[in-house]
Amino acid sequence: MSATPHNTDHPAERTSAVRALFRLREYARPALPAIAAGMGASLASQLIALSIPQVLQAVVDGPLSDGDASAIWPLAGLVFGLGVLEAVMIALRRWFVLTPGTKVEASMRNALYAKLQDLPVSFHDRWPSGQLLSRAMSDLGLIRRWLSFGLVLLVVNLIVIVVGLGILISMNWMLGVVFLVCSIPLWIVGFRFEGRYSEVSRRSQDQAGDLATAVEESVHGIRVLKAFGRGKHALSSFRVRAESLRRTEIEKARLEASIWAWIILVPAVALAGCLVLGVWLASQGVLTVGELVAFFATATVLAWPIESIGFLLAFSLDARTATDRFFDILDSENAITDPERRVSVEQPLGELAFSGVRFRYQDAPERFGDLLDGIDLVVEPGETMALVGLTGSGKTTLTALTTRLYDVTGGSITLDGVDIRALSREELRTHIAMAFEDATLFSASVRENVLLGRPEFGEGDPALAAEAERVLDEALSIAQASFVYDLPDGVDTKVGEEGMSLSGGQRQRLALARAVAASPSVLVLDDPLSALDVATEARVEAELRRVLASTTALIVAHRPSTVLLADRVALLEEGRITAVGTHSELLRENEHYAFVISSLEDEVRREAAEASDLLVTDAAESSDPIESEAAEHTSTETGPIEREEANR
Amino acid sequence: MSVIGVEGEERNDFTKAESKQVRARSLRLLGSLLRPLRLRLWLTMLVVLVSTAAQVAGPALIGFGIDRGLPALLDGDWLPVGFAGVAYLLTAASGALLIAWYIRLSTRISQAVLLDLRTRVFLHTQKLSLEFHESYTSGRIISRQTSDLDAIRELLDEGINQLVRGVLYMSFTAIALVLLDWTSALVLLGALIPLTVLTRWFQVRSQKLFRQSRVASAKLIVHFVESMTGIRAVQAFRKERRNEKAYGELVEDYRDVNARVIQLFGIYDPGLLLIGNACVAAVLVVGGFRVVEGELAIGLLLSALLYTKRFFDPIEDMAMFYNGYQSAASALEKISGVLEEEPSVPEPRHPVDLWKASGHVRFEAVEFAYTKDRVILPRFDLDVPAGQTIALVGSTGAGKSTLAKLLARFYDPSDGVVELDGIDLRSLHPKDLRRAIVMVTQEAYLFSGSVADNIALGKPDASYDEIVRAAKAVGAHEFIESLPNGYDTDVNKRGGRVSAGQRQLISFARAFLANPAVLILDEATSSLDIPSERLVQEGLTTLLADRTAVIIAHRLSTVAIADRVLVMEQGRIVEDGAPSDLIGGSGRFAALHAAWRDSLV
Repeated sequence: MSATPHNTDHPAERTSAVRALFRLREYARPALPAIAAGMGASLASQLIALSIPQVLQAVVDGPLSDGDASAIWPLAGLVFGLGVLEAVMIALRRWFVLTPGTKVEASMRNALYAKLQDLPVSFHDRWPSGQLLSRAMSDLGLIRRWLSFGLVLLVVNLIVIVVGLGILISMNWMLGVVFLVCSIPLWIVGFRFEGRYSEVSRRSQDQAGDLATAVEESVHGIRVLKAFGRGKHALSSFRVRAESLRRTEIEKARLEASIWAWIILVPAVALAGCLVLGVWLASQGVLTVGELVAFFATATVLAWPIESIGFLLAFSLDARTATDRFFDILDSENAITDPERRVSVEQPLGELAFSGVRFRYQDAPERFGDLLDGIDLVVEPGETMALVGLTGSGKTTLTALTTRLYDVTGGSITLDGVDIRALSREELRTHIAMAFEDATLFSASVRENVLLGRPEFGEGDPALAAEAERVLDEALSIAQASFVYDLPDGVDTKVGEEGMSLSGGQRQRLALARAVAASPSVLVLDDPLSALDVATEARVEAELRRVLASTTALIVAHRPSTVLLADRVALLEEGRITAVGTHSELLRENEHYAFVISSLEDEVRREAAEASDLLVTDAAESSDPIESEAAEHTSTETGPIEREEANR
Repeated sequence: MSVIGVEGEERNDFTKAESKQVRARSLRLLGSLLRPLRLRLWLTMLVVLVSTAAQVAGPALIGFGIDRGLPALLDGDWLPVGFAGVAYLLTAASGALLIAWYIRLSTRISQAVLLDLRTRVFLHTQKLSLEFHESYTSGRIISRQTSDLDAIRELLDEGINQLVRGVLYMSFTAIALVLLDWTSALVLLGALIPLTVLTRWFQVRSQKLFRQSRVASAKLIVHFVESMTGIRAVQAFRKERRNEKAYGELVEDYRDVNARVIQLFGIYDPGLLLIGNACVAAVLVVGGFRVVEGELAIGLLLSALLYTKRFFDPIEDMAMFYNGYQSAASALEKISGVLEEEPSVPEPRHPVDLWKASGHVRFEAVEFAYTKDRVILPRFDLDVPAGQTIALVGSTGAGKSTLAKLLARFYDPSDGVVELDGIDLRSLHPKDLRRAIVMVTQEAYLFSGSVADNIALGKPDASYDEIVRAAKAVGAHEFIESLPNGYDTDVNKRGGRVSAGQRQLISFARAFLANPAVLILDEATSSLDIPSERLVQEGLTTLLADRTAVIIAHRLSTVAIADRVLVMEQGRIVEDGAPSDLIGGSGRFAALHAAWRDSLV
């Protein structure tokens, strides 16, 4: 394995945080006026807050020392009015950035998703979905909060601190300087804290992720754990991870505790110093009592912006990390794109040709040769070709190349003589439909899952409704998936993660129905019947034979029964197609093929059959009636029982 | 409908009695988690009490400094002002240190609670039967152990801190104000009325909106994860545009509900400020007149103003606590439900040891049913002598896997007894049961770690040589050697690029290494290619020579190595005999076998 993605997203040379965050402007541009307005409102609110102590001073030095009670009312009214105005400004600050901020987040989220769907499968092989999810959810949420609060407050608080210190110094320069000097340690501590804290908190996030993985595995692998009685083993690895997470959390709390102590202590030292000095200055007559009161009230107002700077810097650095993580994905180069000058195949005949196709996985070690090492193969229009080879010989990989889930690393694949890289991916994948061995169903109804390859049916066009129904029924009947009619809501039953869980065989049949319903020119099936029992497999094969009569097909096969669906068989051996021919030809002439496809006992049987030279025709013709007879024997009542299994 | 265990978990229409029952259950759980920590809890309470009191003393000392210190200093007496300065410093310092101590103490408590709860849930889910896991689904059990525990962690970490400190801070501030100047305290009391109304409004609205936001984000996450894990199907069937549209709608829903949550704060936050500022103005008026009258010292007025302003500081945090509390409470309800589930396959109370199993299996009058009218296996008897290899044959849903799971004690029979060497499986010690009986299933799950680790799961103390020998015995050695790092290759991402067949080979090696007296293979070779299957079978003939085996396979090739074939149909054993006898006969197996032979060529 090469480096995992999350190790590579901290390049040695980090650009400056400002430049990294500046990249956000492409998405944040529509919100910039609102952010500026928010800053204005926020600044206004804080300046108002700073002005209230000035009024207090006027009260203390004016009416309170003169004993002029009538002057109290207007001044208190002023305090009240300023208080209202401050609240209004805070409300405005929030109101300005509210919608634009969330819109920026939404547009970034959509852009990320679109990019991820566009990136090729090889990208997704490297990136666990959890890593992608944390970018799409928490990172983008963080960026939004930073844009609408963090950035606004950082700018405004810096201004306020400067203005506030200016006021303090103008009131009395000595008090102001004492306050300023005493506050400096807080900035230093705050900044150093951020570095250590973010390291610990990243570690705690990683460990929480490891713990979640341990939980996930203990649940998904519960059968294995129970079968081998390894619950203790799983528990001990779980305990180790939970324990290390706990230790990290406590370390985090220790850091938090110390920063809190500093945050409380430093301003207190500053204020205590100012108190003694201030009282002395007042006693010397340098300062009025009102000024002293105003000084403390102002210092109290300033305490929060000063405390907040450390936190806001930390916030900005977090936002920068989140931004980097976002652009990691957006900057990923997509090697599999649509061509600039597109060619179109209007009415494909379905000739699929591989010439000199080579392929290797990007993370395969040097010492291994190419997995596919010069594949030459032509599947004629309407022909069904079986692909046979040992486990791990690259059959599945070869099928994935046909729809450009991966791109060849050498040679070319053509559809009706046109290089598949010259077609748009959309068109290519309309012409070629696939069924995978591990059948993926989405959280949607059976109907939507089966008609996935026919987007035109999903638009609710009533003219197409009857046609959609027909295609659905036909595909389900070909794939022997009539069990769906017995599900609680029939074909409208929701399946997938959020819906009902189906057995492996049931999922495989739906995936097959999906490929058939797409009615492509070329059908690519990757061992589509492996999880079916013999009787069901026989019925599916009988039905498939009808469809395959008119469609070009490439079928990965492990079993002779599947091979029998094909007109010809291609043998994949050490990265090349070493033989192409009918099943019987290859069985007779090719030793490796016989090794791959026949089991022990029919070697004996074949020897006997070869003697009479009746093997092929005999077997092929006689298989149908017996299969269907066997099907009757074994398949009675499978439907309802399967339904019961599904219901559990 | 009851609310015992996980039943009714998805409902939100509990009756009064039911909510009470559920709440009592989560409180019991909480109590049992906190009981061992109660001494530390008291200590923490004491620390926070003192530290908050110290913090609250600040404004009073400033007031004292001005009122007493200034006149005294004019008389040349430094003592009062010095006292005020030093006392201010000391209270702040001790407040700061105590706060730091408190944070560490409370984190220790919350982490201890979490570790305890995590371990309990983990152990309990491992104990619960497969039947439970199959109906409750892996997604739900995982979210119980991750996101629900996170909700509780957040409450313990942030929420309790905020609540305790907030409540104490506010009450101390209020008390200080009463002691200093009860008239100003009356003003504050008056402000409590709009404050309560506003906060209540905020709680009710935010609770509703937070719930909506959680639902919206859950939908967004499910859609996202499903598209990313199913990216092959997405791309192959051109689902990208349709997905973008669907995802875009979910994003907009999420944005909308988020915006409404933020808006709520946009009203609440300035609202609090407004009340606070109005209160300050009122205190100023009320105090100002009295200062003019000479009834109140200026320093006292300043203290009163500072206290009034500070009183409102922790309110927003406390309103947030309520939300955290709500989601943690519902998480705790669900977790306590899972913990309440009784394992339907309980561990024996008085376990019987079986040091050396010979492998004699007996089903006596066994019946298996989910409910009275859903009988899966009607009453039957079966005796498998030690060392016999049995093939179970029949169509999907005939009950083969159920029979195998009874033997592996994944399920317990509803009636009758399953015995190994004459001991009821229900009283057999788990360690002996799992050593004696091993089941390999079709779905060959690989844990993260190396290939060697995965094989070693069959026998944790196995040496490297033993692991290689097991892999060789099932024919997995060659492909493992060809992996980038051989036996040390990481099998990340659920098996990654190890194909389905290769996964099965690894799980076979695992079973081989475990070396059990009874081996159950449930469709364990379905994804193997024929040469691998042949190798496995060769391995099996030696492996199974002296042990009991039950083999379920759609492909009848396995039957060749069986001593005895059982044909099952609708839960009943309809044919039972040596393979050669059955093939030669005219029964179901004969027909099945003939069809299968034809499918081979």
